[in-house]
Amino acid sequence: MSDGKRPGIGWSHEAIAWNIANDIPDGAVVNLGVGLPEKVVDYIPQGREVLFHTENGLLGMGPSAAIAHADPELINAGKKCVTAVAGAAYFHHADSFAMIRGGHIDFCVLGAMQVSQTGDLANWTMGEGDPAPAVGGAMDLVAGVRRIFIAMTHCTKSGEPKLLRACTLPLTGKGVVSRVYTDLATIAIGPHCFEVLAMAPGVDRDYLQTRTGSDLIFRTSAEVEANRQ
Amino acid sequence: MIYKLRASAAEAVADIFHGATVLIGGFGAAGSPIELIHALIDQGAEGLTVISNNTGSGRVGLAALIEQGRVAKMICSFPRTANSTVFQDKYGNGSIQLELVPQGTLAERIRAGGAGIPSFYTPTALGTSLARGKEVRKFGDREYVLEYGLTADFALIKCLRCDRYGNLVYNKTARNFAPIMATAAKTTIVQTQSYVEAGELDPEGIVTPGVFVDRIVRIPEPLQESSLVAAGAVYP
Repeated sequence: MSDGKRPGIGWSHEAIAWNIANDIPDGAVVNLGVGLPEKVVDYIPQGREVLFHTENGLLGMGPSAAIAHADPELINAGKKCVTAVAGAAYFHHADSFAMIRGGHIDFCVLGAMQVSQTGDLANWTMGEGDPAPAVGGAMDLVAGVRRIFIAMTHCTKSGEPKLLRACTLPLTGKGVVSRVYTDLATIAIGPHCFEVLAMAPGVDRDYLQTRTGSDLIFRTSAEVEANRQ
Repeated sequence: MIYKLRASAAEAVADIFHGATVLIGGFGAAGSPIELIHALIDQGAEGLTVISNNTGSGRVGLAALIEQGRVAKMICSFPRTANSTVFQDKYGNGSIQLELVPQGTLAERIRAGGAGIPSFYTPTALGTSLARGKEVRKFGDREYVLEYGLTADFALIKCLRCDRYGNLVYNKTARNFAPIMATAAKTTIVQTQSYVEAGELDPEGIVTPGVFVDRIVRIPEPLQESSLVAAGAVYP
């Protein structure tokens, strides 16, 4: 392939969502960003009760709405029609962001353009010349939610690493990311560098390092288990 | 007697003046008071500052107000949609100003403005370009950015049910910014699907108390912005 990625390896977007969903514990309250993160709602393991928050005023968001039942006044942050679960609550925007900024949401899953080894996140603008910079709720989410999970492709479409020593794009927040879930690996932000918790089938250490813009350390499965949550 | 009902959207927005600041409810199409916005387009006021989360979709509603050149400045969090280039075109050629505000900061600025709070500190945007030039203060072990409350001359919002006193109930996620916007304008104008006599709404279930509402317009079957956009509609 032209971008240097090995063909046929790596997790699909659905598998990334599955990886994330499996790391969200029973009882958690979770905000989902726009795009790939929206898929997480479909993969929560049976037996776990997780409440999904959407910034536009709903706690208890369910899966996407079937077209026949789509209600244009019941949407998610990505403005797609969704459903509300039994026990859901609607509220206005100031209350919604009081939940976010006030530390009442346990996890947030966002997309990203770049993540640094110290957990800096860039996900809102390409910088100078952006035809219309748009931030939405991203800066509030990273300032207020306890754990920020990133769901993204490991590299850009042209093969450039998105995991870097330092972000080159304007930041959304400094030192805010806990974990990054990509098509190639699941990576924690460690005290000093990226720590690889899991690799997709077919990915090895050397290959992952060549696709990453900063040093990686590799945890043994026992260390990963001990560090879980 | 308390009587806020107006005969038409045109009558309700008739005194919105050139250069007014207008809060417009909605998150994308959900909750966008499209009939009130179209009445404002017909009415002709120019040089408006509009505070709304987005900048409209397609070529109807808020996007049409912008396309008609009536908005001098947008204060919003996300001026981008998949189906509209109206704002981007104006912003690209320098004919509209943009104050980009993180969504939660936008909501809190409106809430604060409506509650008589002139400013507050928030952790949002610390260390980013959106906090550039703003006062930062440390409370405990964390730094916060100073932000200011927002108020406006008018608010245009949409609800599901309304009684004669202006008590409001909304529909699902179409509620979004409307309850806080209702508090932050000198004159709050609401379009409602159903209008009932005082006493017919459960006092425990009222979301916006009528004290925040000045004018009511009955729009029993509001246009759905998403359907208009899908059909390629253009206003006017």
